[in-house]
Amino acid sequence: MAVTEGNGKGRLSASLPPWLKTTLLTIGSIAMTMLGLLFITFIIGRVMPIDPVLAIVGERASQSTYDAVFIELGLDKPLVVQFGYYIWDVLHLDFGTSLLNARPVSEDIARVFPATLELATLGIIIGIVIGVPLGVVAAARKGSWIDQVARVLALVGYSMPIFWLGLMGLLIFYGILGWVGGPGRVGIFYVDVVPSVTGLILVDAALDGNWDVFKNAFSHIILPASLLGYFSLAYISRMTRSFMLEQLSAEYITTARVKGMSEWDVIWKHAFKNIRVQLITVIALSYANLLEGSVLTEIIFSWPGIGSYITTALLSADMNAVLGGTVVVGLIFILLNIFSDLLYKVFDPRAN
Amino acid sequence: MTEQTLRQWLLTDTPTSRRHAKLSALYQGWLAFRSNTMAMIGLGILLALVLIAAAAPLLAPHDPFVQNLGNRLAPLGSEGHLLGTDSLGRDILSRLIYGARITLYIVALVALIAPIVGLLVGTVSGYVGGWVDIVLMRITDIFLAFPRLVLALAFVAALGAGIENAVIAISLTAWPPYARIARAETLTIRSSDYISAIKLQGAGGFRIITKHIWPLCISSLIVRVTLDMAGIILAAAGLGFLGLGAQPPSPEWGAMISEGRRFILDHWWVATMPGLAIFTVSLAFNLLGDGLRDVLDPKAGE
Repeated sequence: MAVTEGNGKGRLSASLPPWLKTTLLTIGSIAMTMLGLLFITFIIGRVMPIDPVLAIVGERASQSTYDAVFIELGLDKPLVVQFGYYIWDVLHLDFGTSLLNARPVSEDIARVFPATLELATLGIIIGIVIGVPLGVVAAARKGSWIDQVARVLALVGYSMPIFWLGLMGLLIFYGILGWVGGPGRVGIFYVDVVPSVTGLILVDAALDGNWDVFKNAFSHIILPASLLGYFSLAYISRMTRSFMLEQLSAEYITTARVKGMSEWDVIWKHAFKNIRVQLITVIALSYANLLEGSVLTEIIFSWPGIGSYITTALLSADMNAVLGGTVVVGLIFILLNIFSDLLYKVFDPRAN
Repeated sequence: MTEQTLRQWLLTDTPTSRRHAKLSALYQGWLAFRSNTMAMIGLGILLALVLIAAAAPLLAPHDPFVQNLGNRLAPLGSEGHLLGTDSLGRDILSRLIYGARITLYIVALVALIAPIVGLLVGTVSGYVGGWVDIVLMRITDIFLAFPRLVLALAFVAALGAGIENAVIAISLTAWPPYARIARAETLTIRSSDYISAIKLQGAGGFRIITKHIWPLCISSLIVRVTLDMAGIILAAAGLGFLGLGAQPPSPEWGAMISEGRRFILDHWWVATMPGLAIFTVSLAFNLLGDGLRDVLDPKAGE
C-alpha cells in the first residue's frame, strides 16, 4: 500500500507543471512555518509556571469546580489532542479570554492593532521617502560627503537603543522645545471625538473633516513615527546603496554613458529600474520589523498598540493575551516575509 | 633588531612549518585590520570595557548598591558623583561601571551559545543532507520567520524574568542565521576534493565535521557574531528596560534607563547616561565587526 502511494506521489509530482509544483511547495512551507509558530506558542503556554485553571476559577474554588474547568479546558486530554484544539481555536480566531478584562483576546487585538498599523505605516513611509533617495545618491556619489553622512546615519541607527532615542526625543522635542504632542495617540480633549471607522485616527479625522483632531493626532504620531522611520531608513539606505553600486558597475551602464545619456537618466531610468524588486523585498522586510520593533517605541510613547498590549499582559501574567498577541504578530511577520520572497521569485527570474 | 627579524619571520613567503604559516597568516590579517582606524577605535573601546568590568571594584568611586536618600537625583558633576545620582541616591557612574560586567556577561554567553548551536545544526544539516537537512532547515526557517523581540518576550514570560533566562531567550532567537551560514559553508566544502581524499583515507562523518568543516566555518561565523553583538546588547537592554531581564537592584543599563524614565523631563541624566553607555558599546561592536569582515571575508564588503 505504502509503495503504491509513494509511486502515485512520484508520478503526480512528475506530471505537474513546474509552476504548480512551486506553488504547492510554497503553500506547504507556509503551512509548516505557521504550524511551527503555533507549536512554539503552544509549548510556551504549557510550560508556563501559571496554572490556567487557577487563573480562571481563583484560589478559593472548590475541588469540583476546579475539576470541571480542568476538563472544560481539555487539560485532561493528551498534549497532541490539546494542540489540535489549540490550532482549531486559532483558525477560528479564538485566542481565549483575557484574564485581565475577561474579554476575548481577539477583540482586544482588533482594537489595538490599528494603532500599531498606523504608527508602523507612517514610519515606513518616512523610511522610504528619505532612505531610498539617500541610498541612491550615496551610491552615485560614492565617497562624497553625502555618502559619509548616510554611512554614519546607518551606523548610529544600528547601534542605538530605540527606547533610549525615543526618550531623548521626548525630552528634547516635547519637554524642552514643545514642538510635538506628548505620549498617547491624541491629546485628552480629542479622545473619541471623531467616529472610529478604520481605527486609524489620522484617516478617521480626515474622513470626518475634523482637522483639529487631525493636527493634534499628527503632532502625537510624528515623533514615534520618525523614530521608527529613522531605524528603517538606516537599513533601507544601506541596502539601496549596495544594490545601486552593483548595477552601476554593470556594463550596460557604461554603454548608456558612452551613448551620451545624461547621468540622471542613467541612474533613475536604468540602474534604479533594475533594483526595484530587490528594494520592495527590503521594504517589506523592514515593514515587518517595524510592526514588531514598535514594541519598545509603543511603551515609551504610551502608544496603545499591540506592543504595549503584549507587554502589559506579560507583566500581569495574562498568558492568553501574550500568546494571542505573539501569534498575530508572528503571522503578520511570516506573511510579509513570504510576500517579499514571492515577489522576488515572480519578478526576478534569476532567483529561480 | 630582534623585532625586525620577528617581523620578517612573520611576513615570510616560505613558511617552515604549519604553525609558522598560521602565525604568518594571522599577523598579516592583523596588519590589514590595524590599518582600519574605525575598527581599531571599536577594538579600543571594547578592550577598555573589559578592563573596566574586570577592575570595577577598584574603579568605582562608590558602592553601586548603597542608597543615600538624602542625596537623591544629584545632577551631573556634583561633589563625589561625577555623573550624578539616581532616584535612590546611588552613584550613577559606579552603577555604570558595574553594569559593564552584566553587559559583558550577557553578550559573552549569547555569543557562545547561539553560534555553537547554529554551527551544530548547520553543519550536520549540510553534511548529512536528505531528510535530516529538510527537517533541520524547516525548524531553522520557523525560528527565522519569528519576530525576534516578541519571541524573546514570550520565552521570558514562560521562563520567568532574570538575566539567565534573558540569555536563553535571546540565544533561542539568535541561532538560526548561524545555522544558515554554517550549512551554506558546509555544502560548498562537502563536495571539495580534499574531503573526498580524507574519506578515502577512512575518516568518518564525525571526524570530517569536527576537524575539517568546523575550522573553515569559523571565520564567517566570527564576523557574523561580532556584527550580531550590537543587536544582542540592544535586545538585552530592551528586555532589561521592560523589566524582564536583570532585576533590581542590579545595575543593568537597560533597567537603569527604565528607572530614569520617570524623571526624564526634570532629571534627564539618570536615563541618558546608561543609554550613552549602551550606544557606545554597541557602536564599538559594529565598528569592530565591519573591520573584521573586511579582513576575514573581503567578498562580503561593498
